[in-house]
Amino acid sequence: MFVRYLIQRIWQLIPVLILVSVAVFLIVRVIPGDPVLVMLGIDPEERSRISEEQYQALQQQLGFDRPIYVQYVHWVSKIVQGDLGLSLRSRRPVFEIIFERYPATIYLALTALLVGIAIAIPTGVIAATRQNTGADYAAMGFALWGIAMPNFWLALMLIVLFSLKLGWLPSIGYASPLENPLRFLQHACLPAIVMGTDLAAPLTRYIRAEMLEQLKQDYVRTAWAKGLPSRMVIIKHALKNSLIAAVTVVGLQTARLLGGSTIVETVFSWPGVGRLLIEGIYSRDYPIVQGAVLLIAVTYVFINLCVDVVYKWLDPRIKLE
Amino acid sequence: MKEEALARPEWTAADTVNSYVSGFLAACRVIARNRLALFGVVIVGTWLLTALLAPYIATHDAYEINIANRLKGPSSDHWLGTDYLGRDTFSRLVFGARTAFQVAIGAVFLGAFFGIPLGAISGFSGRWVDSAIMRVMDSIMAFPGRLLAIALVASMGGGLFSLYIALGINSIPSYARIVRGVVLAQKEKEYVEAARMTGESDFNILFLQVLPNCLSPLLIRLSLDFGHAILAESSLSFLGLGLPPPTASWGLMLKEVTPFLQLQPMAAFFPGLTISLIILGFNLLGDGLRDVFDPRQYER
Repeated sequence: MFVRYLIQRIWQLIPVLILVSVAVFLIVRVIPGDPVLVMLGIDPEERSRISEEQYQALQQQLGFDRPIYVQYVHWVSKIVQGDLGLSLRSRRPVFEIIFERYPATIYLALTALLVGIAIAIPTGVIAATRQNTGADYAAMGFALWGIAMPNFWLALMLIVLFSLKLGWLPSIGYASPLENPLRFLQHACLPAIVMGTDLAAPLTRYIRAEMLEQLKQDYVRTAWAKGLPSRMVIIKHALKNSLIAAVTVVGLQTARLLGGSTIVETVFSWPGVGRLLIEGIYSRDYPIVQGAVLLIAVTYVFINLCVDVVYKWLDPRIKLE
Repeated sequence: MKEEALARPEWTAADTVNSYVSGFLAACRVIARNRLALFGVVIVGTWLLTALLAPYIATHDAYEINIANRLKGPSSDHWLGTDYLGRDTFSRLVFGARTAFQVAIGAVFLGAFFGIPLGAISGFSGRWVDSAIMRVMDSIMAFPGRLLAIALVASMGGGLFSLYIALGINSIPSYARIVRGVVLAQKEKEYVEAARMTGESDFNILFLQVLPNCLSPLLIRLSLDFGHAILAESSLSFLGLGLPPPTASWGLMLKEVTPFLQLQPMAAFFPGLTISLIILGFNLLGDGLRDVFDPRQYER
């Protein structure tokens, strides 16, 4: 049954991946102007920089002289072989550049995930167990405000406070956690708090609502009646079941975090895929833009699949529809 | 029993108006009982009025450069200080409300304009039409929303029209899914069958009889989407991919003062606070509307 679900779910993914690849392929094609010049990073008014022969040769080399569906099939076949083309600026393979940047995004995403969960679980549990008290209102105030607050503004305010005024933490830079864990934590602290708050705000609301639902259930009442200590009832019984439902929210947010937070990475000059994408747009390096968008979208699709599968495994009542 | 039914007075247009008025008043009572929702209505209403009356509310010309006055803190002359070109922050925030609503209205309209009929057709037609439309919607949703907007704006260039398309496309699937769900639930009901038997066309049944049932979930979605569109526009403008300078856009205001954070942090504080407030307002309004359309609220 579970294997059948998995196969059906993967089968459903195929048209989605095809359409995602079409969309990424079209990014360069919908840019106003000649795609050959776009791919070379030459403005239309600078067309005279290359001769007609050079232009024809480049058009042939880039494959723009062929019908669009042939171009698409060729492009996909190259991608499947790990060839995303060359960066227009550095002339290095896009695949290589992206995978150089990806670890930074993963490290930051995992740190932010830990921060988010560390904030959301206790806050949600306290809010639910002390419903309609000051603690509950404060927790819900945090959640509402956290959802509404733009992460780039929180990033700027944290930089003002912790970097510029107090001088405690750096506002830019990066160190690999494998080489220098302490420096990594110093640099990752502020971006991880910003991205963690993004995750924690909706998660807190969700955990509170789930906890309130679980605390009303008969098995919890039975646990209280048996005289089990509060901590055991809340953590081992109610929270455990609330977290099963929270898997979806955490999973979807993880997909978003692993896709690289373009804004947070840009504000903190974090050398991840998100910032690479923005740099690619600024420098009109379209192979980089295509590669980064494709990687982020595919990561997002696959993590969504994993979330669905894990959720199905945790709760076998879930059906495909 | 039959005679009683025959004796019942006919339903007139005035009755329809009265039923809408009483429904609206009941909804207002539910909102008024919910303090958070009321707060949301006040925030959104205030900013909407600010956007409409911007030229009368602004204390200075929002675009007037005064280098001698650059990066000043709040004072009696400049209530919220000035930016890096000496422009009045309060006046730019007031005109920024216009930009924010302009983008949000365009994007939400575009999303609803394509999403609602697509969802209705998908749910009503079923089979391969449903499958094809929904796979396209899934593919749009396969992109993280902000990434899709960034990719589209990067392709089409910045500006108002690009923002409408980039943010509008993002919201098409959510409208389509909502409408499809309602249509699927409604199309097997007796009134649809009855309409078919009276010879009504599929178009009339779908758009005049079935679609009005989607109103409540759509209104909630619209309210939340306004907030999302404003946040997305601010984010894109903050990245330099949205509206070009010197447009009064809240995200652009934040981007422009970022290099001067050490000199005047307040210049970044107020635009961010404004964005947070308006999104909070739309979220609270959305939550309040959810309560309004929850029938249990009327049983109390």
